[in-house]
Amino acid sequence: MSNTESTTRENTLEYSIGLGDDSLMLGQRLAEWCRNAPLLEEDLAISNVALDFIGRANMFYEYAVELAKVTGGVFKNQSVDDIAYLRDSREYLNLLIFEMPIGDFAYTMTRQLIVDLFNVDYFTALSASSDSRLAAIAAKTLKESKYHLRRSHEWALRLGDGTEESHTRMQNAVNELWGYTPELFEMSETELALLPAGISVDRAALFDTWEARVSGILNEATLDHPPGDWQVTGGRAGVHTEYHGHLLSEMQFLQRAYPGLAW
Amino acid sequence: MNTSVNTPLYEVFVRSKRGLDHKHVGSLHAEDAEQALEYARDCYTRRSEGVSIWVVKSGDITCSQEEDAASFYDPMEDKPYRHATHYVLPENIKNM
Repeated sequence: MSNTESTTRENTLEYSIGLGDDSLMLGQRLAEWCRNAPLLEEDLAISNVALDFIGRANMFYEYAVELAKVTGGVFKNQSVDDIAYLRDSREYLNLLIFEMPIGDFAYTMTRQLIVDLFNVDYFTALSASSDSRLAAIAAKTLKESKYHLRRSHEWALRLGDGTEESHTRMQNAVNELWGYTPELFEMSETELALLPAGISVDRAALFDTWEARVSGILNEATLDHPPGDWQVTGGRAGVHTEYHGHLLSEMQFLQRAYPGLAW
Repeated sequence: MNTSVNTPLYEVFVRSKRGLDHKHVGSLHAEDAEQALEYARDCYTRRSEGVSIWVVKSGDITCSQEEDAASFYDPMEDKPYRHATHYVLPENIKNM
């Protein structure tokens, strides 16, 4: 095995873990709405979306498990559950926006709008990856994300251009989340290393389209575009918000209390 | 859940596969038809039950009433000649 080939494999492993972590954190957050959504129908709908994210985390981790069999390293001989549930906060590589709490319903749907818009373009690009496994996961994921976007787009209009209270809540959510959006377009060293071979997606290149589309929807929803005068990053390096540990403690409880538990 | 008091009720019809009719599967609350369609997708087709969905505002369906039963259905009871089985085929006709 050549050196380049093994480095690529290690980078692809880390890349898969990062994408898996993004999905798992958001899936876990959305699952918090289960039995708490504003109406029964929405409860089912949002739980479906949560499961879509947990399902895609599973696919990325499965690929990581297979790569780790060859690369060795910290994930050698680990199962998908080990990767998902037995790491400490600093070992998770998810972007910060995915770990933020659910807030109120407006906050949850605003994050969905931001993320769904991003994901549709991201997974469209990843479905053309030179890594056929990542491309296949992206193709499956893309169909789900298009539906998620349909929902979050409609909710943004409904709430943004709704009552005075729903409008205020949406505007607050947009303002509070905006500083976490630049991280979506920041390339990690791993992603940069995989870019020339066409394995990873150039996040930075997606910004202009995303910015134009999200601005259009904010405008349509009578919401103001935030000034964007602050930003927080660090998730890909394992530096998380204060909310991350709390999320993990709930998410990991079962595997920690009953090690190796399977269903 | 007091939201459902104000949100209209929709009836959901799902076609399970091409060539079959849409069948009534249940109802749900939604703000408008578009949202009703999405909720129908999320509530009634999550186990691949359908390939096409119709939603209709429940209030837009005109229903026959229980008290109309006598005039609506009873008159048909003594008209067996409206069934094909009422007629005896002549011997010579094998199939019809």
